[in-house]
Amino acid sequence: MESKSRIDILSLILFVAIAAVGVASVYSATYELGAESILEGRSGKQLMWFGVSAAIGVVIFLLNANFFELFSMYFYVALMLLLVVVLGIGSDINGARSWIKIGSISIQPSEFAKYGTAFAVATLLSSIDFSWNNGKDLIKIGTVILIPMGLIVLQGDTGSALVFLSFFLVFYREGLTPTILVIGLVAILIFVLTLVFTSLYFSGGIVVLFLIFYAFTYSNKKLLIPSLRILGIVVMFSLSVQFLFDNVLQKHQQKRIQVTLNLIEDNQGAGYNVNQSKIAIGSGGASGKGFLNGSHTKGNFIPEQETDFIFCTIGEEGGWVYSTLTIGLFMAFILRLYHLGNRAKKKFKRIFICSLASIIFFHVLVNVGMTIGLMPVIGIPLPLVSYGGSSVLAFCIFILTALKMDASRDGDLVSTYA
Amino acid sequence: MNKLRSNYIYFAVVLIGFIYILRLLQIQVLDDKYVNIAERISLRKQTVYPQRGLIFDRNKKLIVYNDPVYDLMVSVPIRLKGIDTAAFCQLLQIERKEFDIRLAKAKRASYRGKSVFKKNVANLLYARVQERLFEFNGFFFEIRQDRNYKYNSAAHLLGYLGEVNRKQLKAQSEVYYEQGDFNGKKGVERFYENELRGVKGEEYFYVDKFGVSRGSYKEGKLDKEAIDGNNLHLSIDIALQQYGEKLLDNKMGSVVAIEPQTGEVLALISSPFYNPAKFNIQNRGKFYNMAINDPTKPIFNRAVSAPYPPGSTFKPVMALLGIEDGAISKNTHFGCQGYYRLGRRIIKCHGHTFSTSLQRSIASSCNTYYCNTFKNMMQLEKYENTEAAYNSWQTYLRSFGLGKKLGIDISGEYRGWLKDAAFYDKMHGAGRWNYARIISLSFGQGELGLTPLQIANVAASIANRGYYYTPHVVRQLENMESIPEKYLVKNYTMISPDNFGPVIEGMQEVTISGTASHIAIPGINIAGKTGTVQNPHGKNHSAYMAFAPVDNPKIAIAVVVEEAGYGSTWAAPIAHLMIERYLMGDSIGPSARAYLEKKMIDSDLIPNKYKGLRNKSLYGE
Repeated sequence: MESKSRIDILSLILFVAIAAVGVASVYSATYELGAESILEGRSGKQLMWFGVSAAIGVVIFLLNANFFELFSMYFYVALMLLLVVVLGIGSDINGARSWIKIGSISIQPSEFAKYGTAFAVATLLSSIDFSWNNGKDLIKIGTVILIPMGLIVLQGDTGSALVFLSFFLVFYREGLTPTILVIGLVAILIFVLTLVFTSLYFSGGIVVLFLIFYAFTYSNKKLLIPSLRILGIVVMFSLSVQFLFDNVLQKHQQKRIQVTLNLIEDNQGAGYNVNQSKIAIGSGGASGKGFLNGSHTKGNFIPEQETDFIFCTIGEEGGWVYSTLTIGLFMAFILRLYHLGNRAKKKFKRIFICSLASIIFFHVLVNVGMTIGLMPVIGIPLPLVSYGGSSVLAFCIFILTALKMDASRDGDLVSTYA
Repeated sequence: MNKLRSNYIYFAVVLIGFIYILRLLQIQVLDDKYVNIAERISLRKQTVYPQRGLIFDRNKKLIVYNDPVYDLMVSVPIRLKGIDTAAFCQLLQIERKEFDIRLAKAKRASYRGKSVFKKNVANLLYARVQERLFEFNGFFFEIRQDRNYKYNSAAHLLGYLGEVNRKQLKAQSEVYYEQGDFNGKKGVERFYENELRGVKGEEYFYVDKFGVSRGSYKEGKLDKEAIDGNNLHLSIDIALQQYGEKLLDNKMGSVVAIEPQTGEVLALISSPFYNPAKFNIQNRGKFYNMAINDPTKPIFNRAVSAPYPPGSTFKPVMALLGIEDGAISKNTHFGCQGYYRLGRRIIKCHGHTFSTSLQRSIASSCNTYYCNTFKNMMQLEKYENTEAAYNSWQTYLRSFGLGKKLGIDISGEYRGWLKDAAFYDKMHGAGRWNYARIISLSFGQGELGLTPLQIANVAASIANRGYYYTPHVVRQLENMESIPEKYLVKNYTMISPDNFGPVIEGMQEVTISGTASHIAIPGINIAGKTGTVQNPHGKNHSAYMAFAPVDNPKIAIAVVVEEAGYGSTWAAPIAHLMIERYLMGDSIGPSARAYLEKKMIDSDLIPNKYKGLRNKSLYGE
């Protein structure tokens, strides 16, 4: 049976295409630094990381298909330990202690932590006696997520910590009641409305709405108590959002959120990046200024352009056509990965592959969203495109592991869609 | 159930993809606001300064040319990061403290645009700094044209450049100047600013966030070439100008020489003068205070701005007015016993024969003759009263260009003093004054002030027998069809041409048998008139007015030497030397005149009170 299995060609093509877009973009964003060709400088380094990944990929494909499942918790524990180590001996870059220096190479363990966590989540959820109604299980699964999140927050890299929220999509897929997701979305809505209107006006508005609602339904006494309860929760939440926002969040975090919500304009301070990024992308027009011809890219107006803001280069030089194409590539890749997950016969593999798809989805959602001003600035890379060895290596290993799992699905015995 | 949820997830992914693609459509295709902003941010306009027009003398000798100055600019002061400040300071030879102060100043001037870091960097320093400037992101040089001079001469006439001031920036009807641009501040540089300056060009290119160029915009499609300014040919004879300056060195005074047939100014000298090179953009900062603190006022252009009572040089004019108005005739004689009596007052005259003709009155400078003439004029029956007579008198004078600006093409011209009757009405009460009150006007004293230019113009008007061209220093503007119209029309005096004969004869006698006969030039027929101007503040001013040759006047000249003494001692010799130099060229005559020339050059007539307060470096090389 094993012989029938082979790597999913479509995913591989999409994977390579995205990587190619990435290398070209990094080259364009940085060639002013003196690289003569795409093989030199940062794009050259990026290529080298893809090369290293390919080598590791060969090893992954040579391994027994069950290797990952057997050792999955060890991966998790090892990578969590690395997160602890980085807190101790890591070096600070841009205010975050996320890096371990080994010689001339810096490794960012938080990029690999997602990979490890996916293993742990897959292991836990795929165990036979796991149930969403079991409090113990919930605590376990919560702990598995919160450990890396907490450690990464301690490093000072809130953005990377938020990525772990993408596991909720997997949980939902695996049977977690959508109420949590709905509550989450409603909470975000209340959060936004509170900041836009301030908690006082928001609460006032809600109370008025409630009274109108009550006027129509006062004959139905059963509704009164639960609706009062909801009203209370909403108002309390709104008040606490206001309190947390004013007193817990730091100034720059507050500003980033306010800028995203268009509540303040601060094009020179907190909004500088987003503003410049929007200008770069917006000035690309329909067909772009041409490869290596982006005046904004060349002018280094956007900080972190080759990393978190790499999408600006695509938007400016490739215009709407190439931006759409890039987004299309990502969406196709994500959908394909979900498909690979869904067709897996083993629950473990399904959850692992869907975790990968969700993580990439979250990255694209947030990263592209922030460059076009739809999301607050959260410093996470665009997978396979942003410059960065750890990110590239971690995603490649993640993807190749998933492809290996998919390639060996025919050897798996049980099909569990339920 | 999981199948359904899985589909929801597919849907969510597709939905987000669509939202983002639509958002991109909005900001990239539908909204062109960002294109404009991007260009505003990363597109920079660089001004290309044209060559300012060169200035030549009447013999096509180059006088003024351009010399680049380098301003060290900082493009975006706020983004100045990652610069090795210590190395930069060392390169520029400045202290760290100075660096900070300059940077703070640049930030104040423009937070996010370019501003000047250090002005007028010396050529040598520029060469050294430019070589290594690439190491210091955000600094660049802007090159502008300063002036330099072939001759240490004609400073007042040429004027100088300076930065456009705020008032001028605001006042422009069509925006041309930007802050920091140069324009002419004085002299012909100011008067012919529009012709000399040319038209600035523009170059567009992309810059990075430090303001460093990243290549031209659209292959230079929007660029505009600079158009160089028009060259200006002056009527000045720079050799004559220099000669006059030599004669006038260490004296306070002025020489103006005009070609009567055209109104072209041949020389225009104000002394003390300064070296024009000391007043260009690069140097003026160092010398300006020195110049304004000098009590001899070396920046003051006496030739066009200083009014002097003309003294006896005024007598020919008085004679012309007397004849024209009928107060005297060509044959009128007045007796003179050495003074003119006015009640108990006596106006002294000089020793000469008892009875004077019109001609002799000029040659011997008889005060009595003109007191009588003036008295007659003020009492002519055709005038209702003294006011009317006086107003007629000053109207005649105005026809010579007195009491008003002549309109020379140099900045700072003063109209002089010439009062109308109302002035005396106010002073003495209407109807309560007569000729006796103002008798001193008859011999060029009192409430009368003429600039050397006006005196020279009077000489030119007499030389032309009744008209003058408005004096001007422009001879030709390259690429322009003609010089300004007003310099091509004759201005007629109110004196009929026939009446000039006897007056010119008298002026001729001055140099043959009169007050300037001792310095006659053999072979040149000069008509002149000396003047010794009473000066309440010190020694008399020495003045002289002349033209030559009498039959075909080529040069009319006025000389004033302040606080020097007799007109015949200083002003007249200087005028004659210049006339000789101009008419005979370098083939300067017999050695007897060499003595005179040496005396003029060597004499220091600066009043003692000012000596020691002058700073020689201002006019030295």
